[in-house]
Amino acid sequence: MIQFSNVSKRYSNGFEALKDVSLHIAKAEMAFLTGHSGAGKSTLLKMIPLIERPSAGSVTIDERPLAQVKRRKIPALRRDIGVIFQDSKLLNDRTVFDNVALPLLVSGLHHPREAGRRVRAALDKVGLLQRENDFPVYLSGGERQRVGIARAVVNRPKVLIADEPTGNLDPALSREIMLLFEQFNQVGVTVLIASHDLELIGAMDKRIMVLSKGRLLADQGGLGGT
Amino acid sequence: MALKQVQPPSRPAAQRSRTGLKQRLRNYFALHFHVLTTTLAQLGRSLSGNLMTTMVIGIALALPATLHVFLNKVDNLGASWQESAQVSLFLKVKLPAQALGGLTTELNSWPEIGSLEYISPEQALEEFKQTSGLGDALAFLDQNPLPGVMLVSPALAFQTPAAVETLRQRLSQLPEVDLAQLDLEWLQRLHGLIRLAERAVLLLGGLLALAVLFVIGNTIRLAIQSRHDEIEVIKLIGGSDAFVRRPFLYNGMWFGLFGGLLAWLLVNVLLVNLDQPVRQLAELYGSDFSLGLVDTKTTLLLLVLGPLFGLLGAWLATGRHLRAIEPS
Repeated sequence: MIQFSNVSKRYSNGFEALKDVSLHIAKAEMAFLTGHSGAGKSTLLKMIPLIERPSAGSVTIDERPLAQVKRRKIPALRRDIGVIFQDSKLLNDRTVFDNVALPLLVSGLHHPREAGRRVRAALDKVGLLQRENDFPVYLSGGERQRVGIARAVVNRPKVLIADEPTGNLDPALSREIMLLFEQFNQVGVTVLIASHDLELIGAMDKRIMVLSKGRLLADQGGLGGT
Repeated sequence: MALKQVQPPSRPAAQRSRTGLKQRLRNYFALHFHVLTTTLAQLGRSLSGNLMTTMVIGIALALPATLHVFLNKVDNLGASWQESAQVSLFLKVKLPAQALGGLTTELNSWPEIGSLEYISPEQALEEFKQTSGLGDALAFLDQNPLPGVMLVSPALAFQTPAAVETLRQRLSQLPEVDLAQLDLEWLQRLHGLIRLAERAVLLLGGLLALAVLFVIGNTIRLAIQSRHDEIEVIKLIGGSDAFVRRPFLYNGMWFGLFGGLLAWLLVNVLLVNLDQPVRQLAELYGSDFSLGLVDTKTTLLLLVLGPLFGLLGAWLATGRHLRAIEPS
């Protein structure tokens, strides 16, 4: 599904965020990336929706080399990938419903009834159906993150990537969010989560890849690895 | 937190995009309608700031539009005077009746001439007596000093300043004619001035159109900056450049349209205010000239050019600034 082959990334200021990283994540697999701050987790995740491009090596999704994806084709690629951030990146001037509906609008689904059905289904999955008319500022951190997840899954992506999705949440809420990801994974969505919370991801009994200073140090419990 | 059972993704997004043409067209128009209405609602939400921009655009468009309307009115007035242009032929004194008859027959055969009116020396003297107030003095004259006059009105197709002047020159060469006079030379000068003013209005209009482009471009640039985070999120979830650009283009169009409407309103207010004194002035010259309201052509011009400038300004601004915003 997702293949990193000898991927390196050097930024224009000379900082080398990734060094010769190779890994494979199978279809419908759920895996974690961990490591200290600055280990290269976010850089690696950003290469999947082409927010960043590697300086060397190659990344493929479904055997499609991302290096060959032209600029104008990037939006179509991103519509197949659900992205979740630590700060959830919700639009505060729109309601929960409108935030979740955004990927559908972007994909060209404007039929109000169909869009409404899908948005409510996504909100129902994350347990926030009753908050659809609220604005994000009135939500708790956990609720905001769940809205972010609903937005990421509403378009039924093949891949979900999450960068420190529980970074601002207490342990109980973090566990619930992880269970949510697990449920999406159980229905065939490939899930890759970056988290520095070893205790949390250790309890999930999934593959864990450890990055340190841009190198893949360890790959435990996975279907594929270095 | 109650988590519901998650359903598997039914079809990947890429496959879903392969919908039929009819459905895609429906989605396309639905998207445009959605953006059209949401951008209008957004403009309404920040009314005071947007009103200022609209005022600037309206005033910038109103200035050349007012001058254009004025020139049109004056040009039309000049044209109506031109239509009544006549060439006065002062005939030789004591022209025999036979020669006069021959001249009348010949002139009636000229295609450039629409109609002829002969004023005999006796009629001219009588009229002069009545209008000059010198009736008693004229009674002491031994003989009538006035010549016969032939008033020549050009045919409809020959009423342009150049055609009338050509006709005058041709008439002046006739042996029976002492003097061929066209009293509308000042009108030709007025035409020249109007042409000059029209060119000036065109140049001024061009400059102000450029100003409108910059005003709208700058407004859109500020809107892009203020919605930087939103643009980043939209690009992150797969929004194309066209999708991101579309609301800003509609914004520009709305600004242009409302600016055009405001300009139309301003020009009409000006015309209504000036109409009364202009009527009074015209009456002094025996004319029923009035300014009226903005004509249909200028109205359409404002309502088409306004949104067009808005779109163009927004397009230039988005083309330059949107590409620079990428998810990070």
